[in-house]
Amino acid sequence: MTNSIAEIEGAKAILVTGSNTTEMHPVLSTYVKRAVRQRDAKLILVDPRRIALQRHATKWLRPKPGTDVAWINGLMHVILEEGLHDEAYIRERTEGFDTVREVVKAYTPTAVEQITGIPAHDLVAAARLFGQAERAAVLYAMGITQHTTGTDNVKSLANLTLLTGNVGVPNAGLNPLRGQNNVQGACDMGALPNVYSGYQQVADPAARERMAQGWQLDGLPDTPGRTLTEITEAALAGEIRALYIVGENPMLSDPDLTHLEKALRKLDLLVVQDIFHTETAQVAHVVLPGASFAEKDGTFTNTERRVQRVRQAVAPPGDARADWEIISELSTRMGYEMAYESPAQIMDEIAAVTPSYGGISYARIERHGLQWPCPSPDHPGTTFLHKGQFARGRGLFHAIEYQAPPEVPDKEYPLYLSTGRVLYHWHTGSMTRRSAGMVDRVSECEMEISAADAARFSIADGAPVRVRSRRGEIQAKAKITNRAVEGTIFIPFHFAESAVNVLTHGQRDPVAKIPGIKVCAVHVEAA
Amino acid sequence: MKVKLTIDGKEIATSHGNTILMAARRAGIEIPTLCYHPRLPASGACRVCVVEIEGRAALGASCAIPVADDMVVQTRSPRVLEARKLAIELLLASGDHNCLTCQANGACGLQERAYELGIETLAFAVQSPGYPKDNSNKMIERDLNKCILCGRCVRACNDVQVNEVLHIGHRGGKAKIVTAFDRSYGDSQCVFCGECVALCPTGALTEAGAKFQGRPWDLKKVRTTCAYCGTGCQLDLNVHKGRVVKVTSDYHHGVPNFGSLCTKGRFAYDFIHHADRLTTPLIREKGALREVGWDEALERVAGQFSEIKAKHGPHALAVLASARCTNEENYLLQKFTRGVLGTNNIDHCARL
Repeated sequence: MTNSIAEIEGAKAILVTGSNTTEMHPVLSTYVKRAVRQRDAKLILVDPRRIALQRHATKWLRPKPGTDVAWINGLMHVILEEGLHDEAYIRERTEGFDTVREVVKAYTPTAVEQITGIPAHDLVAAARLFGQAERAAVLYAMGITQHTTGTDNVKSLANLTLLTGNVGVPNAGLNPLRGQNNVQGACDMGALPNVYSGYQQVADPAARERMAQGWQLDGLPDTPGRTLTEITEAALAGEIRALYIVGENPMLSDPDLTHLEKALRKLDLLVVQDIFHTETAQVAHVVLPGASFAEKDGTFTNTERRVQRVRQAVAPPGDARADWEIISELSTRMGYEMAYESPAQIMDEIAAVTPSYGGISYARIERHGLQWPCPSPDHPGTTFLHKGQFARGRGLFHAIEYQAPPEVPDKEYPLYLSTGRVLYHWHTGSMTRRSAGMVDRVSECEMEISAADAARFSIADGAPVRVRSRRGEIQAKAKITNRAVEGTIFIPFHFAESAVNVLTHGQRDPVAKIPGIKVCAVHVEAA
Repeated sequence: MKVKLTIDGKEIATSHGNTILMAARRAGIEIPTLCYHPRLPASGACRVCVVEIEGRAALGASCAIPVADDMVVQTRSPRVLEARKLAIELLLASGDHNCLTCQANGACGLQERAYELGIETLAFAVQSPGYPKDNSNKMIERDLNKCILCGRCVRACNDVQVNEVLHIGHRGGKAKIVTAFDRSYGDSQCVFCGECVALCPTGALTEAGAKFQGRPWDLKKVRTTCAYCGTGCQLDLNVHKGRVVKVTSDYHHGVPNFGSLCTKGRFAYDFIHHADRLTTPLIREKGALREVGWDEALERVAGQFSEIKAKHGPHALAVLASARCTNEENYLLQKFTRGVLGTNNIDHCARL
């Protein structure tokens, strides 16, 4: 997030898109709901599903899945047309505006209605709510990024916030809501193919030199590595022979599972380190038992860049060990000694080689976390980014044209399928499906379908259904609900026995390499 | 502009808009409360925080009355103490307040106030309403016979979480906390965030899973960060005999969650001690996994990584790190991948 969670409550307008906030970030959503109910903020919700937040929305726009660039360009078109953009901000703090102005000219409300299905007058109303607000915040999640045009979608939202002068100011900003406890931290720490911790490029000789010195290691590789989805492809091609998976369950979370399983089975060595015998562990050659968050010390970095303590409360079961201990031991056995006494000592090393974490130590975050950038021990941390000037100098506009998603409904596969999570379960369900309260509420995979579609495909509420795509077929239980809108069904991905990622496709965004999981075409019938 | 008033003979200057309660607490004068909570809008329902204000005939609820210039307030006059005592005595008679069998024993506002006011015997005959217990779910146990109608759960549900499930229904002596159509929690629109449980001052709302798992004074609280979504809520793992038996939270911690949690953060912790946990390293042999010691497992991994690296080069190796693991672990993993394995083939599920 460019801004902080608590700032949401002070926004005058909030645009939420591709985020089922009340179920995926329930506590964060309370800031949104209080802003609307108690401070008269305007909520613009853009989502194909009638999610719970819709009840609080001032305006709900319902685009066809995969048409995000079109409606965002449309909002900008109206904002420019009506002079609601922030001219002084654009002039003083940004560059590249003219190209965007040119591109969005064609995205008239009528043209956007043709692409997205959003009625022209609704788009105009939403643009006014956003454009007229003194401080407007954009919140988004995987509903925006998990598309073959994920990067374009995010850049378009960035354009919208720049156009209205909403970056680098309080109670506003461009705010991705990270879906996992430490996905922000994993990125910050350089668990990415192209950067070290603190986003220092592996291809930059100066950064490489700095890390080599800090680590007392020579010959660090200089070319970016492969991304998760590329690793799968390389494994299938026999180029990658060994894979070490720590605390992940791609055999349920990744797109096109049949393809993935083939790739994993081809490896000479698959090592899985986890707390449960997950679907991925079941195909491993070696399984290493890790410790859960309750059994180790460390830190997580939340979606607002706040580094907070994780503390050991109980001992790991049996011979299970904290992941940092396992990794250290493995490294030592491979000839590079890692003799850390505690995670606190590792954090001191992180601070030494990572500029944005430079001022972070366990002593400083004993009670309250610190938000990076926090470059020095006397730095108070950063509530919101790009204050006064952007990290790169000027905020850069990107002119983006709409591109249709690679797979849309047709005669054979007449419905859109969207995937995600439900309130009571989390990711691949390895933790929540072993918690009695959650299982008591939701114990099986329910496919959400509108009454109209259910009638059209002769599906009864609660009845078993078969869902088929070009890649495979699964069974689930039908749930007729007004959360689903006509033409689109929704299936959560927590359930191995109804693994929805058998259906999704692995086509990726060309830049971020994120798979376009949120849109594919399926056929549904009673089972 | 500061407002000047006198509380218990002490001259106090405080900010405009503060209540008498806030002004007194800031000046170190403790006024007992029951329905008041700093996270919630004031309601003045329980009459425990009443004070005597010079020039006013009736006692006033200090949690709800803003300060004014030249106010003269008594917080512990005989009249005030008598009124407080009466309020508590009436509440004690209004329901099934049997501490011996109550999960909230030792962590109950009503019990505390009764003790402070020196109540030794019941002044009135107990008339418990006789509501059936709500056992409709495995997270929240609801016993309205222990409810004192302070309304904290209603404000928690509506003003903090904005879930708008709980309300006060019926009137007078029949008043009762209800969901729509007075259904059980399980059959209502409740999303089990547990904010009502966290803010309930008595045993009316308790964590079902924590029942008989440890008394409040047995529990060791360990503050940590939630392991589910990216909000990073701060919570307390309540530990007894080496097991996590309950999750609570603390409003006073402040950002990012001010004591609010969701259903997963508060109730989805059974996995920690689940029988399915991996407890020993495993190696696959002839299709089946065999339990081995750490030494053997790590030798095998280190040996085969080195072998493959020697034979096919470092880029034949890859690592998937974890958005669930700590920063320290992810940092070590990338260091290991780049420095020891010798490749930049490291990624994690940020895209999933």
